[in-house]
Amino acid sequence: MKLTGAEIVCETLTQLGTKHVFGYPGGAILPIYDALGKSKLHHILVRHEQGATHMADGYARASGGVGVAMATSGPGATNMVTGIATAMLDSSPVVCITGQVSSKLLGSDAFQEVDITGITMPITKHNVVVTRAEDVARTIREAFVIAQSGRPGPVLVDITKDAQQASCEYNFDAAAPKLPAKRQRPKYDKVEFDRAVEMLNSAKRPLILAGHGIMMSGAMKIFDQFVHSGNIPVAMTLLGIGAFPASDSLNLGMMGMHGEAWVNHAIQEADLLIAVGMRFDDRVTGDLKTYARDARKIHIEIDRSEINKNVKVDSALVGDAREILEALLPHVKHKEHADWLAHIRELKGDSAVRDIQGLPDNGHLYAAHVINDLWKETKGEAIVVTDVGQHQMWEAQYYHHNSPRTLVTSGGLGTMGFATPAAIGAKFAKPDADVWVVVGDGGFQMTMCELATIVQEKIKVNIAIINNGYLGMVRQWQEFFYDKRYVATPMIAPDFAALANAFGIRGERISSRGDVLPTIRAARESKESFLIDFRVEQEDSVYPMVPAGGSLHEMIRRPDSPLVETAAQEL
Amino acid sequence: MQTLVAYVENKPGVLNRVSSLARRLAINIDSLTVGPTDNQEIARMTIVAHTDERGAHRLEASLEKQVDVLLAENVSERPLLERDLAMIKVTADQTSRPHLMELIKVFRARVIDVAPQSLILEVSGTVDKIDGLLEVLRPFGVLEMVRSGRIAMTRGGDLLQPPVVPSASGTKTAA
Repeated sequence: MKLTGAEIVCETLTQLGTKHVFGYPGGAILPIYDALGKSKLHHILVRHEQGATHMADGYARASGGVGVAMATSGPGATNMVTGIATAMLDSSPVVCITGQVSSKLLGSDAFQEVDITGITMPITKHNVVVTRAEDVARTIREAFVIAQSGRPGPVLVDITKDAQQASCEYNFDAAAPKLPAKRQRPKYDKVEFDRAVEMLNSAKRPLILAGHGIMMSGAMKIFDQFVHSGNIPVAMTLLGIGAFPASDSLNLGMMGMHGEAWVNHAIQEADLLIAVGMRFDDRVTGDLKTYARDARKIHIEIDRSEINKNVKVDSALVGDAREILEALLPHVKHKEHADWLAHIRELKGDSAVRDIQGLPDNGHLYAAHVINDLWKETKGEAIVVTDVGQHQMWEAQYYHHNSPRTLVTSGGLGTMGFATPAAIGAKFAKPDADVWVVVGDGGFQMTMCELATIVQEKIKVNIAIINNGYLGMVRQWQEFFYDKRYVATPMIAPDFAALANAFGIRGERISSRGDVLPTIRAARESKESFLIDFRVEQEDSVYPMVPAGGSLHEMIRRPDSPLVETAAQEL
Repeated sequence: MQTLVAYVENKPGVLNRVSSLARRLAINIDSLTVGPTDNQEIARMTIVAHTDERGAHRLEASLEKQVDVLLAENVSERPLLERDLAMIKVTADQTSRPHLMELIKVFRARVIDVAPQSLILEVSGTVDKIDGLLEVLRPFGVLEMVRSGRIAMTRGGDLLQPPVVPSASGTKTAA
């Protein structure tokens, strides 16, 4: 069958199982758009190419499959950069297809020409320029393989206009990926494995650090068995949330900079850390010199370059988390670890009373209330998509996720403006799910143009803006570390409810605690998308907090206040 | 200083990928040589980098993550032969020439170009040997020099080969 390169793009995507493409047309990608119109692919017209990449990313994270984004050459491609970097840092399988000027014009500074493969080299897992129609099918198939294999990541395929226009013979099967024959390293070292088993069975105070890799490898079930066979408590990374049910009594919650005090103390006091599919990010470890000094460490990780990068480990098991846990499980001796678990319960101490949830209604609306009510009302079953900042940490603290792929958040890159478009992608991946955007007033303003995409696509997404009139996390740092000099953090915003109406979306503004639940309920019952502008306490901070570079056990705790004392007496 | 050997796809952009990676890891490359192997589709690199063992491990593992890098190996701790090639254009007139020729013999260098006022010498060997020759040539007046950068190979039966022998279909037939 003879097809044009552009038609081959659409055919190959279709045969790879792609249903949705998030993109924005332009001159150098017009042939592909023309072919898109004749294909079975559903193209979602975004309002900015950054949105397209975040949507593809959200789609990938919610579905576990590959998300596809498309843009034209030049500015279309450069607008994708932030979204590509976001996907890279969070190991998300996204395939970006960009149009490029004709091959004979390459390097001539032609209209809308930019060296996008050069620009994205450090932020893609792989990228490639295609200049011949004959190479289109194989390259796209290879892109899908690369994006999903090993440690997943974004792949960019830049296709020149002449390659889109030229015709050639198309045969999906004949265009099988021909990737370079790489060295196959042994799955993991036997010596390291035996040492891990010995450490597991001799530890008195073991603790598991559970990361994103568990979901990536589909290891949830075996992980659960592993945890319970050893009766080992689990601390979650931000991106690991959902890999192990929050409702499980062995789940301590999130670790790191804004982890609860008992979680971080448990890490510091452990004699063995078993890190599964996580990379000891600086937000997780704090000061490396004082990090878990008494603990031996086992690192189960698919990416060899992560081993000993930040934390030196005693046993490195390089490979797929599921396979390694399956191999380890028969060797794990059951232990109660009763003393250790009792000690961790003690560490919780008065944290629960200090927690804002215990505080009586004093007329103020705290973000924590909003998140907690959202969790209760959605029974913890919604897909929540967040940006970066205070709202993100409150979400991680107060929304208790029991299922994988129900929290979609920009962790590694910490991208403002991620949530709204990523939620659109997640909704296309899981059309029956209750999808909630939880976003700050700052981040929302970065990509709120995508409200038009929501309306044009007639999808149902609920949006909760945690509006404190500040760039809250930056303000918090200014409060703690810059003597309350709030430079460039106070921020005005439009009337978000009215703005939603202008886009054709229902909107409400809420400022008292009593209105939170009914409005969340109304949003869920509404057939259309619904935006709630929660006007929360302006100068509230996320506690506890390990200052950047500080020791994990030295946290800024929730301040004492008359309210805390009242709550303590009532308990 | 750490020495790495890598096999990579012999195609445009791969050198950029490798050097860009070193830059990202804030590792300064002292020398990088690249050339095709007996299989034209695969090139071999010798990378000498200013870093410690840990940095070399990161570079090695990060390199091997690249799709186009078939194999990367830190060979610093292995029995290794390293060679550098230099061409040195040195001032040589009637009076200094005989003295120069003696030195050249000692260093087993070769004269590959003779001009009325200068010579071009070719010398290969370890970095130390070339540095040594350079030092004694300096008083004569070094006009120009170029060094190839180090190439390295592990000794004896310690083989470092590309992962897979290319299939017959991969080799191009002459027209």
